[in-house]
Amino acid sequence: MSTSFLDKLPVPAFLKSAAEIKCYGVVGDFESPDDLLRAIRTLRTAGFTKLEAYSPFPIHGIGEALGEPRSPLGRIVIVAALLGLASALALQWWTGAVDYKLVIAGKPLFALEPSVPIMFELTILFGAFGAVLGMFHLNRLPTYYHPFFNYSQSEGATNDRFLLAVEAADPKFRGEEVRTLLDSLGSRHTELVEA
Amino acid sequence: MKPLVEINPTRLTGKQYWRSLDQAAATPEFQEWVTSEFPEGYATVDGTNRRTLLKLMGASFGLAGLTACRRPVEKILPFSRASEGYIHGQPLHYASVATFNGTAAGVIVTTIEGRPIKIEGNPKHPYSLGATNAHLQASLLSLYDPDRAKEVQHKGARSSWDEFAAWAKAEFDVTKQGDGSGLRIVSERNASPTLASVRTDLSKRFPKALWVEYESVNLDAARAGAALATGQSVEPHFVFDKADVVFSLDCDFLGLDSASILPVKQFSKRRRVEQPGDKMNRLYVAEANYSLTGAMADHRLRVKVGDAGALALELAKELNVSGKELKVLGNAADKTGKFVTELAKDLAEHKGKSIVVAGPRQPAAVHALVFAINATLGNIGQTVAFTKPPSELTNSLEQVKQLVADLDAGKVKTLVLLGGNPVYTMPTDLNFGAAVKKAAASVALTEEENETWLASEWRLPMAHALECWGDARALDGTASIQQPMIEPLYGGRSVLEVAALVAGREPATGYGLVNAFWTAQWPAAEREKRWKASLFDGIVAEAKAAAVSVPVDAKKALAAAAGRIEPARAGLEAAFYPSHSAYDGRFANNAWMQEAPDPMTKVVWDNVALISKTTAGKLGLRDGDLVSLSKGQQKIDVPVMVQPGHADDSISLFLGYGRAACGRVGQGVGHRVEGLRTTDHFFLVSQVDLKKTGETYQIVTTQEHHRMEGRPIVREASSEEYQKEPAAIKEMAESPKGLTLFPFHDYSKGYQWGMSIDLSACIGCNACLVACQSENNIAVVGKDQVRRGREMHWIRLDRYYTGSDEEAQVVTQPMACQQCENAPCESVCPVAATSHSPEGLNDMAYNRCVGTRYCLNNCPYKVRRFNFLAWNKDVPEVRKLVFNPDVTVRMRGVMEKCTYCVQRIERGKIAANADGRRLLREGEVVSACQQVCPADAIVFGNINDPQSRVSKLKKQARDYELLGELNIRPRTTYLARLRNPNPALEPAAEKENP
Amino acid sequence: MADLAIDHDFELSPPLVQGGMTYADVSEKVSAITENKPPKQWYYAIAVTSLMTLMLFGCLTYLVTTGIGVWGNNNPVGWGWDITNFVWWIGIGHAGTLISAILFLFRQKWRTSINRAAEAMTLFAVASAGIYPLFHTGRPWRAIYWLFPLPNSYLHLWQNFRSPLMWDVFAVSTYATVSALFWFTGLIPDLATLRDRATNRIRKLVFGLLSLGWRGSASQWRHYELAYLILAGLSTPLVLSVHSIVSFDFATAVLPGWHTTIFPPYFVAGAIFSGFAMVVTLMTVARWVYNLENLITIKHLENMCKVILATGSIVGFAYATEFFIAWYSGNPYERFAFMNRAFGPYCWAYWTMITCNVVVPQLFWFSKFRTTPALMFILAIFINIGMWFERFVIIASSLHRDFLPASWGYFTPTWVDICTFAGTIGMFLTLFLLFLRFLPAIAMSEIKGVLYQQNQQQKGAHE
Repeated sequence: MSTSFLDKLPVPAFLKSAAEIKCYGVVGDFESPDDLLRAIRTLRTAGFTKLEAYSPFPIHGIGEALGEPRSPLGRIVIVAALLGLASALALQWWTGAVDYKLVIAGKPLFALEPSVPIMFELTILFGAFGAVLGMFHLNRLPTYYHPFFNYSQSEGATNDRFLLAVEAADPKFRGEEVRTLLDSLGSRHTELVEA
Repeated sequence: MKPLVEINPTRLTGKQYWRSLDQAAATPEFQEWVTSEFPEGYATVDGTNRRTLLKLMGASFGLAGLTACRRPVEKILPFSRASEGYIHGQPLHYASVATFNGTAAGVIVTTIEGRPIKIEGNPKHPYSLGATNAHLQASLLSLYDPDRAKEVQHKGARSSWDEFAAWAKAEFDVTKQGDGSGLRIVSERNASPTLASVRTDLSKRFPKALWVEYESVNLDAARAGAALATGQSVEPHFVFDKADVVFSLDCDFLGLDSASILPVKQFSKRRRVEQPGDKMNRLYVAEANYSLTGAMADHRLRVKVGDAGALALELAKELNVSGKELKVLGNAADKTGKFVTELAKDLAEHKGKSIVVAGPRQPAAVHALVFAINATLGNIGQTVAFTKPPSELTNSLEQVKQLVADLDAGKVKTLVLLGGNPVYTMPTDLNFGAAVKKAAASVALTEEENETWLASEWRLPMAHALECWGDARALDGTASIQQPMIEPLYGGRSVLEVAALVAGREPATGYGLVNAFWTAQWPAAEREKRWKASLFDGIVAEAKAAAVSVPVDAKKALAAAAGRIEPARAGLEAAFYPSHSAYDGRFANNAWMQEAPDPMTKVVWDNVALISKTTAGKLGLRDGDLVSLSKGQQKIDVPVMVQPGHADDSISLFLGYGRAACGRVGQGVGHRVEGLRTTDHFFLVSQVDLKKTGETYQIVTTQEHHRMEGRPIVREASSEEYQKEPAAIKEMAESPKGLTLFPFHDYSKGYQWGMSIDLSACIGCNACLVACQSENNIAVVGKDQVRRGREMHWIRLDRYYTGSDEEAQVVTQPMACQQCENAPCESVCPVAATSHSPEGLNDMAYNRCVGTRYCLNNCPYKVRRFNFLAWNKDVPEVRKLVFNPDVTVRMRGVMEKCTYCVQRIERGKIAANADGRRLLREGEVVSACQQVCPADAIVFGNINDPQSRVSKLKKQARDYELLGELNIRPRTTYLARLRNPNPALEPAAEKENP
Repeated sequence: MADLAIDHDFELSPPLVQGGMTYADVSEKVSAITENKPPKQWYYAIAVTSLMTLMLFGCLTYLVTTGIGVWGNNNPVGWGWDITNFVWWIGIGHAGTLISAILFLFRQKWRTSINRAAEAMTLFAVASAGIYPLFHTGRPWRAIYWLFPLPNSYLHLWQNFRSPLMWDVFAVSTYATVSALFWFTGLIPDLATLRDRATNRIRKLVFGLLSLGWRGSASQWRHYELAYLILAGLSTPLVLSVHSIVSFDFATAVLPGWHTTIFPPYFVAGAIFSGFAMVVTLMTVARWVYNLENLITIKHLENMCKVILATGSIVGFAYATEFFIAWYSGNPYERFAFMNRAFGPYCWAYWTMITCNVVVPQLFWFSKFRTTPALMFILAIFINIGMWFERFVIIASSLHRDFLPASWGYFTPTWVDICTFAGTIGMFLTLFLLFLRFLPAIAMSEIKGVLYQQNQQQKGAHE
């Protein structure tokens, strides 16, 4: 019975059965951020957990809608910044007062006052690197392949489309049902995307 | 050949004695090498030749130490067999003597690896007393001048000394010259006893031969005046340290109008004040141009050169010289009159303790009158002394007139020009250049390929004073022997040697002649000892020529003079002065002197016509306007410049510029004012015509602003004011002592170097500036770069005018790195290239400097110097020999500045340790500027030692920190300038109160 | 959490994006610039500017091989046009960071259509500025590594971290690095857009690599927004610190006219002032050439003019304060320095500065000047000139006459000074033209956000 059901699916002919398809999930295309948000909320209430939204610009509240935790980036940056501060202090103290002592303008070998500017600058520098590299790490950038790109209109995500993917990894994932579900939620073009 | 001197080295201690290498110089290979060394200057020198040169100097040097070898001389001595007493890299010091315009000063020459690298004064010599002056310092550079005469030439073709000797043998033979009536010899003023002996031989041989001593800048008038006053030929001396009151009538006795070193020594002794109570002497000056002496004056009267005589006459009248006894009549009306009266009173009050002295521009009559006044004041024998002249006194001007007449008349067979540059310096109306060619044969011995060299048939390269043997008597008769420090670089020979050739003396080697002359004076047993002692001490121990007491009959002198003194006249006059840089042209190719700013105008690489502001206004002239001055057929073009304090209607012209045939340094620098100089108007051209050419000329100075803007920079006070409230000096600016964010660094241990500069003693001559240049390998940058504000002098002389432009007073302030303890330059250097040494020196690490120039910006004294371009890139090879190996030659892009001569400090410490002593003795380390200073104005030493002279000076009430208010704690401090004005005369100019 | 996302309570009138554009239109409009052949003007422009850039390289070669002497610098004026140009360029950079960071924190949505270009301007200005501290040194071949705390076997010396010049090195290099990071982070989504629009292989490859595989997924946006916010948060104090530290070069010196506590705020205000003037200069031209009137609207320009007016007045006030303090301090050197500034040999420079920086901006009180691109372009040019003269006056007029009158001098530039400066302008413009040609000059993702927000409000208005 399942075989007859599969025949109806608009999947590439060379694929014999849905069971054989290694699949990323089903992706639907919504007209506006509002539709997208609505769809997400519905699916969440329907108990779906592995959802991913794609949009040309960030949409307010979508994170909460998808129930994602707060980004840990802040903590990474603080650590990096403090590291910068410490290294600046160490550098100026060690070079000036330990490694090579020079009397300059009769001033002390090391003092906090003249060390402040460099301490400040290195704090910022390290912090900035923390922020960018941290973000890359969390977003797994660069990643030059992702199954999402197999979606026929994935490029819309960076232009004017608002896409929703229900991933195959979701325990409640059933390709067909999800597809109809998304269509019913107003997806203009739904697709089963292979991995 | 037989050795000329026998010395047993085992008896030698301390300094080693020089032994020359004439033999080496005589060999044909050596000659060949010399002539091929610099065919057209340094450009063609290749490395091997240079090495040969160094080897040879090494050889000559090696032998110098090896004092007792009887072996024939080797050309090369490997340093692997170093000669006795020689430590590689250690300098050796030799006593010698330098003759400058007929006056001798003892010197100590420092040589390293056979290169003379520094000239210092000989403390034992009465006319040096350890000091030197700018020109003596710079004469070292002339030795290494790549443009010197390099080969013997005959009729323009290369010849050799042998050929010349052969020619001379025939030419100066009795059969050829007969009684010598066709033989004329012209030399510079010379004080050499040996040469004198050669001259007597010559006159024995050729009785009718005429020897003319010519100097374009001379003191003949003073001597003639003395003769007029005393009736016999005597050499006048003025003893300035005995005088309480000095009146200089147009005489720059502290500058170029005397044997500069001794008078400055004596005079400054009486300006130094240790306690507020101390008495100073008082100096009155009446002059046209603003001289160094004028700058020291307590009262200065602006008077035309031509009117000085009239002034002297007025003074004589005031002092009742014609009368029975000394009394001041006091019939004075105008300002001048008041000056004269008060001066007369002051002089009269200091009977026997005063000096009246007249300058070389004044005619003999004025000098005679001056001696009359001195006689009336009872100064003769007290402050004014006479001695028998070292050489026969002659009026060279009369003689050269005769000489040229003879030349024109074709009476002269052979003309021998020994040294100097008569073709350039002789009065223009004589047209000597053309006259020389009228002689059947002419011989010129000159140091450079100058106008005289070109005019002559035989052209001989002259040896530099540091290259040849000789001797000289100082004005007081003290004799010194001149030792060579180096082989003649270009195979030159001395005046003495060529003169001997002419006189037919054998052997005609400098050493032979000098040694023979002196040893003949001594008993055979003592000869060797006394010869060595004379070389060692730099002076020949012998009975000094005692002052002859010559009575001066004031009335007779007055009578003799009065008639011949011209009354004051209206109209424009032009007077000739030697230039502080080129002198009379002999330093024209000396880059150090060309770049040394004129002490008063601060002009470099030029000579200008100085006029007063009023005159400029009257004639509608501005600085840099090119004017043409004419008198009769004589006409010159020269740029004018306004000199504050200059006399009206008087133009001061400076000799020695606009050289036609000179080296690459002096060629065409400045304007030739000699073109206006005739036998009748030798020092003064009255009624000169001035026309504007409409052109302007770029004058470059090292100082563009001349007022202190009411800032307490040079702090001044009269001796009374200072006596009343000594604290006032320090209070002129508040320095926030101990006000600090951080604790000050502790400088209480070990040596702490500091300096004290006495502005009352400093006369502002350039001696320290040139000495510093010589000691520290300071680059010369040229006129255009100076215009861009890039001169490199580590010590400069800031000169400020106070009072009105007309009656301006002058103060000078030597300005070098002040070695601030809280140095603003250090804190801003990003790479720590300048930091403080434990001894309180502001050190500069050249090879760390990246050249941000931030330190320069942050230096409140602006004493740091930046190598904007590669100044030392194209230095001629031979010119490099002058470099002091103890001091880095700085490359492009790095900052440099005064180091307190750190290399001397280190040498001193090393020597002290080598002697097993731990501490340096006071005065063991002296900075170059301190050592040269004839006024002893600069004192350097350890301020941690309360007994040191510098710490004592710094304790004086008039000691102050310049810009101390910035809390930078400079190590160099200044002693305020004190003047001693006559209360009866209001100060010449109301001072700008700082 | 402040973020790029829409703020419903934010009122937008007049609309920042005009002409009823859709998201697709935005992508199209902006991307098209990089995809199609540029207009003729672009070729003319870059031809000229690249020649000027070549001249710069020529001058620098001459400088390095011959020495600082080829410039007009001397004693006492150790710094001339070199550091003047350095401070001028750095100042210009500041507007970019200010727009992208500070206005971002203040939720100034109008920044979105200009911040990308402004940031680019910052980078290129800092690059131009960076040339001077290196090449003004006498021995750049040493400076290039001795100015950084790298262990060196040469003298085993370390840097002197008390030197404001050292602080400068750190401040400027940090500023350059952080600005670059900030700029690139902002570019990533737009690079992805270009990637997805790309038709030919090369563009696909290049933008594929540059966009790091950005997908625009909600999870990515989440970290991305926070990163952007943090960068903005870091850049804000940074930009304020940089010009403060530059001003320390002068403020910590002993020189009258330099030794002033007012410098940090005064320099920062001046920097923003000159920076905005430069943004206006560039934007008015760019929007005219690429007819971006709908994206860079008059409202944007007018807001910038207001900022210029404000900062210009602050600068004017600073000038006045300097003089007052100089008089009030009672310090003769200080007093002289300022009298000399206004009436000394450099008075011409001083009054040029006053005219351009204090008088001219006041015209922005009149809305005609704030709303007519041509007029504001002219005024902006004046301000650029005025701000250059401000730095020149501070440096040259303070240096040429300091404590000892004997050491006073004057500074005159040589042709090399002039050509070097012109050269950096050429390099700056060349880089900017290349940026316009090859990278999205306007932040598409941000514009789309703003657009969406507008639509929301219009909808709200209809209902």
